[in-house]
Amino acid sequence: MDLFDILLSASFWAAAIRIASPLIFATLGELICERAGVLNLGIEGIMVAGAFAGWMAVYSGAGLWTGVAVAMAVGMLFGLVHSLLTVPFGLSQHVVGLGVTLLATSSTYYAYRLALPEVTSPPKIAAFKPWEIPLLSDIPLIGPALFSQTPLTYLAFVLVGVVSVVLYRTPLGLALRAAGENPAAVAAQGLSVTGLRMGAVIVGSGLMAVGGAFLTMSAFDSFFFEMVNGRGWICIALVVFGAWKPGKALLGAVLFAAFDAAQIRVQQTSLGADIPYQIFLMTPYVLSILALIAMSRRAEVPAALMVPFNKGER
Amino acid sequence: MTGAEAAQVVLRLDRITKRFDALTANDAVSLDLRRGEVVALLGENGAGKTTLMNILFGQYTADEGRVEVMGRDLPPGNSRAALQAGVGMVHQHFTLADNMTVLENVTLGTEPLWRWRSDQSVARARLADLVRDFRLTVDPDARVGSLTVGERQRVEILKALYREARILILDEPTAVLTPQETVDLFATLRKAVAMGLSIMFISHKLHEVMDISDRIVVLRHGRVVAEMATADTDRHALAAAMVGSEISAPRVAPGNPGAALLRLSDVSTPDRGNAPGLKRVMLALRAGQITGLAGVSGNGQAALADLIGGLCVPESGRLDLDGQTRDRWSPRVAVEHGIARIPEDRHKTGTIADFTLTENAVLESYHKPPMSRNGWMNWGQAEAETQAIIRGYDVRCPGPDTRIRLLSGGNMQKLILGRVLEAAPRIILANQPVRGLDIGAVNYVHEQLLKARDRGAAVLLISEDLDEIMALSDVIHVMSQGRLSPEFARGSMTPTDLGVWMAGHGFDEGLAHAS
Amino acid sequence: MRLEPIANPGFARSTLPPVLAIATTVVVASALAMLAGANPFAVLGLILKGAAGSKFALLETLNRATPLIFTGLAVAVAFRARFWNIGAEAQLYAGALMTVVLGTGALPWEAGALLPVLALAAMLAGALVLLVPAILKVRFGVDEVVTTLLFNFIFLLFISLLLEGPLKDPMGMGWPKSERVVAEARLPRIVEGLRLHWGFALALIAAGVVWVIERRSTLGYEMRAVGLNREAARFAGIPVNAVLIKTALLSGGLAALAGFSEVAGLKGSLTLDLSPGFGYTGIIVAMLALLNPLAVVAAALFVAGIFVGADSMSRAVGVPTYLADIMLATALLLMVLAILLTRFRVVRE
Repeated sequence: MDLFDILLSASFWAAAIRIASPLIFATLGELICERAGVLNLGIEGIMVAGAFAGWMAVYSGAGLWTGVAVAMAVGMLFGLVHSLLTVPFGLSQHVVGLGVTLLATSSTYYAYRLALPEVTSPPKIAAFKPWEIPLLSDIPLIGPALFSQTPLTYLAFVLVGVVSVVLYRTPLGLALRAAGENPAAVAAQGLSVTGLRMGAVIVGSGLMAVGGAFLTMSAFDSFFFEMVNGRGWICIALVVFGAWKPGKALLGAVLFAAFDAAQIRVQQTSLGADIPYQIFLMTPYVLSILALIAMSRRAEVPAALMVPFNKGER
Repeated sequence: MTGAEAAQVVLRLDRITKRFDALTANDAVSLDLRRGEVVALLGENGAGKTTLMNILFGQYTADEGRVEVMGRDLPPGNSRAALQAGVGMVHQHFTLADNMTVLENVTLGTEPLWRWRSDQSVARARLADLVRDFRLTVDPDARVGSLTVGERQRVEILKALYREARILILDEPTAVLTPQETVDLFATLRKAVAMGLSIMFISHKLHEVMDISDRIVVLRHGRVVAEMATADTDRHALAAAMVGSEISAPRVAPGNPGAALLRLSDVSTPDRGNAPGLKRVMLALRAGQITGLAGVSGNGQAALADLIGGLCVPESGRLDLDGQTRDRWSPRVAVEHGIARIPEDRHKTGTIADFTLTENAVLESYHKPPMSRNGWMNWGQAEAETQAIIRGYDVRCPGPDTRIRLLSGGNMQKLILGRVLEAAPRIILANQPVRGLDIGAVNYVHEQLLKARDRGAAVLLISEDLDEIMALSDVIHVMSQGRLSPEFARGSMTPTDLGVWMAGHGFDEGLAHAS
Repeated sequence: MRLEPIANPGFARSTLPPVLAIATTVVVASALAMLAGANPFAVLGLILKGAAGSKFALLETLNRATPLIFTGLAVAVAFRARFWNIGAEAQLYAGALMTVVLGTGALPWEAGALLPVLALAAMLAGALVLLVPAILKVRFGVDEVVTTLLFNFIFLLFISLLLEGPLKDPMGMGWPKSERVVAEARLPRIVEGLRLHWGFALALIAAGVVWVIERRSTLGYEMRAVGLNREAARFAGIPVNAVLIKTALLSGGLAALAGFSEVAGLKGSLTLDLSPGFGYTGIIVAMLALLNPLAVVAAALFVAGIFVGADSMSRAVGVPTYLADIMLATALLLMVLAILLTRFRVVRE
């Protein structure tokens, strides 16, 4: 099987879309935060917390969608912690973000150990099943790739549209973007910068957590330590790669996932057998760095990203 | 309009007091604004004008006193309430998002947030009406970042009018305008007043205040010291009221020009975002002479300052420093060749707020003896030097170990002056050296510049304040869109003449004349 | 609400918030211990005892603090210049790698010559690892937070590759583990019979050296200027990019010393679990120390004590050791807030 065959196989594209889904949720979440002017480095830990919370809820008997809601709520809670410290108090977004990642990760592991003290291998849940969309899923290549996914994947794609519309077509989106461009302009028009930014971070963190939950509730059916494994940091790179626009970020996530899916398949070919597997595992991280370098000169960074706003400051 | 309507008080500030630690910024300030009236709030920098307006607009909460709009109390600390009561404010520093369009900036916050669509077509039509009614021409789809300063101010005024403001507050609106643009602004304001709006005009420029206002309130040290009808007063009386005692500005004798120490021939620099770079600039800075550079901010002055200061690399052209031709130089080389630089923004570029006075004083000299040897600092020497500056330049401070952020703007500027002038520089680049300073500090800075000139230094004075340029300069250039006008001798041009150049006219003829 | 700076904070203002931050952390830990069904006083007592209750415990804490002092210094130095090095983990492994490569017999020297060479080589390796993100930052403006984070993953995979390939110990019974370093490449114990190696002394010396560099050298002055206000530093003629690169080299070198000291002083060989996140914990250490190099030592002892204490507490009463991580994360977040509140007052509007 050579590279060409891989690119033409439906299972490859189906895998790419599946790998992209959690990245889409989390990238959208980060994008919302950054558009409002807040860098959220809590993303990695919030994804871990979301992955655990959603899975644990379902394991304890809740429905799958309730699990997603629980994951989201937990993410929003950490978003609240992050935004309280970074927005009204204007503390370093770097330090707070890393602190939130550490807090979310360690409390998740603590909760896991408390909930399942004796297990050696984590239990499985009945995860989301693919929904075959009638007619569309019969289209060759595209059908299995796009229309035989789990409902969470469809939700991810729908959310890209929703976030785009909100950001560019609604008064709320205008205010959010303005908060990331010049908070003084927002304040001068009588809007609360604090409210907008905190809201963005809380909602964005909720989406990150859903991205994490995708891993335990759709991609796999169980929770492992180290499961998120740097995906959060990759999403931060994807936001830059997508120039802070939802559509482009989606494209970046899918492109990225396609590379990832391809490397998994190449690994299984005769060519792949000669190359140490670690090289393949490195590719997502190396790609992220390359993407950052490629976009470094062009990207339109929100002007007030990482700039705290203190009302009445002279 | 009947007499009763004209007398209706639309805005009343009642015994407003605001303290910051030991400083009382506003001390029981009371004033009224009536319908269809222009009241000027006059005072020098630091008199408390901006604080007062920030209280009115909810940015600060007053410690005592109350604000009444249209006869109703305004809740403190709430800018939304002020907006809804019909107060519109045009801040000195514009509050616009550069990466967004004019229409987006104007409609921001005017619709309820939780709505699935924003009604762009209605907004567009309303904006078009305002543009027509008030002759505030601006393209609704232009990115604000691509507009000139004058256009941005129009957007600010449109923002207020779009919200149906009945009271317009303008904080130093003319500081960034050419004289002609100021005339246009006043025309717009008169139109607004005729339509029944009331205007509070904050300024420290006497002639403008005399020109536009019906009534004048003078603020000094946070207190109202005089209030009079404009018709009943004159500039001398106002000046005396504003400053308290007569502080005489330094008397400027003509300079004694010598050889050109720095010469730019046909120098161009790249544009930076919206700010134009230099366009084939010819300039000679002569010893013993103050060269004034007039122009509206954002027309290439920053590029020129950065070029001379060593922060910007020319694209083409020739630089001669001390008769030696160079392509470029670094800030360090600039300092070593006797270029003293007083930066435009003393808070952001001139000093490091959390450094002590000592650490700030050696920013440009720390890397060589006597301040350091072989990579190790000599802090004793640095402190002695700082003590000398504190004494020599009258820097009021608790001591050299104080963080500079605790100093007033004037004292900060004195430290910078000391830092750069102690080395007896041959060329002085003074970029807006007195912006935001009170009159005492202004005179001090000007005296130092004149003293330096008289001992043979070449001074380049960049300022937005035409009065300052005309008072101090031996020769004047005007900058517009990165182009530099020919040299005008002292007294050969009126402000209006210079305004024509500031607006960008005259350059083509000037070039034709030169060739 | 709004923040207003306080010109002259009094004694209460400058001590109360940090004390409250620590107290709140203890309260949070107690609540979590109760959640696990344990007596919070017993848990806290056990942590204390496990960290410093015996000679053995104390030595364990000192040993654990050693790499944290190095990574804490690495982070403190970098953050001082506002260079966000989150990659101390990778630099630590680079140092360990170099120690193993040169220390397993490649250099047939005596300990007196070999150890300094190993330490310097390790520093060089760590510096080079951080040089890449530093260059990407100054040349292309690529944010170093993300690149250094991603480098951690890349570098650990690289180590894994080496440990399963060229560096694999033939006697390791299949474990991904390097050969042991030679006896001359082992850091001796400070006092014979006490399980504490010279790495700890080296860490203390490093803290002192970094402090002197920051306070007395031109580089330290430049680093602080660049960190506080890059624009003013550039205006004044400080070569900002060069300072950032030098800072990165110093920071990477310090983090690598952690790897050197762990291999040469404690473990003797390189494995994939050489560091349980010392690089990341270094960020907490540095922040708790307010980036002050001397305070880094105290902060590292505190953090190491919590970890060591929590380990022994967990063995005794079964409360998960992650309690230690939660305590540190809470302490970090509350401490940055507390420090802010020593300088600003919150004004309600």
